[in-house]
Amino acid sequence: MIKGKFIDNLPKVYGIYTGGFLVFIIIMAIAEQAGMSAKMIGIFFVAFTVLIYALIGWLSRTLQTDAYYVAGRQVPTVFNGMATAADWMSGASFVAMAGGIYFKGYGYMALLVGWTGGYVLVASLLAPYLRKFGCYTVPDFIGTRYGGNLARFSAVIVLTVASFTYVTAQINATGTIASVALDIPFEIAVYVGLASILMCSMLGGMRAVTWTQVAQYIVLIIAYLLPVFWISNNIGAGFFPHFMLADEVARIAELEGQFGFVKNSAADLATVPKGLAGITKPHSSVNATPWAFISLAVCMMAGTASLPHVMMRYFTTPSVRTARRSVGWSLFFIFLLYSSAPMLATLSKISLMDPNLATGIIGKSITEVQALDWYQNWNQAKLMFVSDFNGNGTLELNEFFMKGSAVVLATPEIAGLPYVISGLVAAGGMAAAMSTADGLVLAISNALSHDVYYKIINPKAETAKRLIVARVLLVLIGFAGATIAALEIQGILGSVIWAFDFAMSGLFFPLVLGVWWKRANAPGAVAGMLLGLISGTAYLVWVRSGGSGFLGITQLTFGIVGAAVSLVSMIVVSLITAAPDAATQKMVDDVRVPSGKTILGKQH
Amino acid sequence: MSKQEQHWEKTRNLLFVTLAIWFVFSIGIFLFGAEMQESSIRPFGYPLTYWFTCQGSLAIFVILIFWFAGRQEKIDDEFGFTEREGEQ
Repeated sequence: MIKGKFIDNLPKVYGIYTGGFLVFIIIMAIAEQAGMSAKMIGIFFVAFTVLIYALIGWLSRTLQTDAYYVAGRQVPTVFNGMATAADWMSGASFVAMAGGIYFKGYGYMALLVGWTGGYVLVASLLAPYLRKFGCYTVPDFIGTRYGGNLARFSAVIVLTVASFTYVTAQINATGTIASVALDIPFEIAVYVGLASILMCSMLGGMRAVTWTQVAQYIVLIIAYLLPVFWISNNIGAGFFPHFMLADEVARIAELEGQFGFVKNSAADLATVPKGLAGITKPHSSVNATPWAFISLAVCMMAGTASLPHVMMRYFTTPSVRTARRSVGWSLFFIFLLYSSAPMLATLSKISLMDPNLATGIIGKSITEVQALDWYQNWNQAKLMFVSDFNGNGTLELNEFFMKGSAVVLATPEIAGLPYVISGLVAAGGMAAAMSTADGLVLAISNALSHDVYYKIINPKAETAKRLIVARVLLVLIGFAGATIAALEIQGILGSVIWAFDFAMSGLFFPLVLGVWWKRANAPGAVAGMLLGLISGTAYLVWVRSGGSGFLGITQLTFGIVGAAVSLVSMIVVSLITAAPDAATQKMVDDVRVPSGKTILGKQH
Repeated sequence: MSKQEQHWEKTRNLLFVTLAIWFVFSIGIFLFGAEMQESSIRPFGYPLTYWFTCQGSLAIFVILIFWFAGRQEKIDDEFGFTEREGEQ
């Protein structure tokens, strides 16, 4: 069936894979009709997809450094776009984003704008130039462009802080989904998630991660879009929801006016389980100040352009030109999901709120709602809660609580879709969290093995030894991440936003100025990275411990402080120290020209 | 000016244009979020600001990147800096 090289057959291979997955969904749907239990369906979905990823990981095993670090630089444009989209869209995007929009509305949608707008910066400022550079990792670029182990090591520090913050959130998300779908305790599920992540990345490094990420993208996009279209058609909102939900958006605003946003008393709220939120913000109107919206969007955009696990995906394309186009494809594939998240939030809300729909619960009697099957399930999982605060026996808008992550996971069930869709959504969430965790764990362990071990500690190490070190580090970092994730210190979304701020504080300007400002030198870059990271972190600690902050910069936007300090210190220190030597200046000139040899050799 | 300097000047100008468009749709319009929301322009019936946050800006970014890539390729071709097939 498949002849010739794997790369030439990609469309066919993934076409068959997609067809096979659709057939699997149909088989599960038939099994459900035949009486298979919901629990078994959940187990089948998660186990089947995870096994497929592990198989791809095993088939992609490699003993070559350029395959391990950059997938041999032969990933075609569109497929790299898909892999990047999966790498990018984390458990937070898949599970938590629609929930965030659901509860917080406009103020939250700054994340949608920020997490897409950042790609314009990636495409225009960085990706093609870093591809021309020919580096294996982001610190590889910093270390070679500025010269010196100190610059390289500082970049590794920033990368590790940012990516590690992010990866704990992703392992947490895989644990949450695995525990719900497989019905095992969270503390164990975290390690099940970790084992799946390591199976995909350990043997084949970037090559294995690339091909599993493409597979994961296909699963997650089907899992996200299918329920959106299905619910929309089911409640007669329109066959193409993205263009047809204006009436529903208006209807929600009308219902919000009718029900009213009642502020709950502190005593009432104390009875609500931790982490659950009520509908307190209008769905579609502008409920945040321009600064609150823009500052959050700016942090996410600059963070996007500095997160190493995204940047390193563009090191895998065959050329500079394809790297550039690949960014466009990445954003297109991301757009498919992001533009659907607000639609899912709208459909979920109207399903619950509208008394004219069979699924509406607001305005019904409390006992009736408490008797609903799905309510009991999700209440038991501590993801949903109702309480008759005012004692009138009917459920008011302010008496219904749900966890943000439950919006995506529970909506199919609430809207009365067969359980097979819920199983599919769980598999999609697992794919999203796993694909991002893979990329992050690999980014950290590659930086430690390539930049710290090979470039700084033992430059004479031979290939076999380097790859063993890389794999040992991968496992260690995975375990460290899982251990911290099991402690559940910070919610999924909070950690993710912090990761962007950390990355932006330390890496944004050193990366951008490395290409766009020839005068930037090593002392400047080191100052920029370290002072940026330190000042950003200090601001976060200060605000977290009760500090008032300034200029309306919150713990979610502390990257603005870090990046500003980074920029100023980098420029000042660069200008008061000697200009880079002629060889470095020539190197920057060469980076700016797409044709010709890469700066670093094919194997280095 | 050498060939390479001319290439870089054109590249830089393209960057400025790209970033200007990016700025308008990621930051500029949201300075006027509340005013735009009241506008009578309602794409697909959605309130204007709401539409930009869920679809408009996002779609513009996708198109912008492809447009940018196309323009940059033209500039590279013009100066003969296009990579040859299979070059590493």
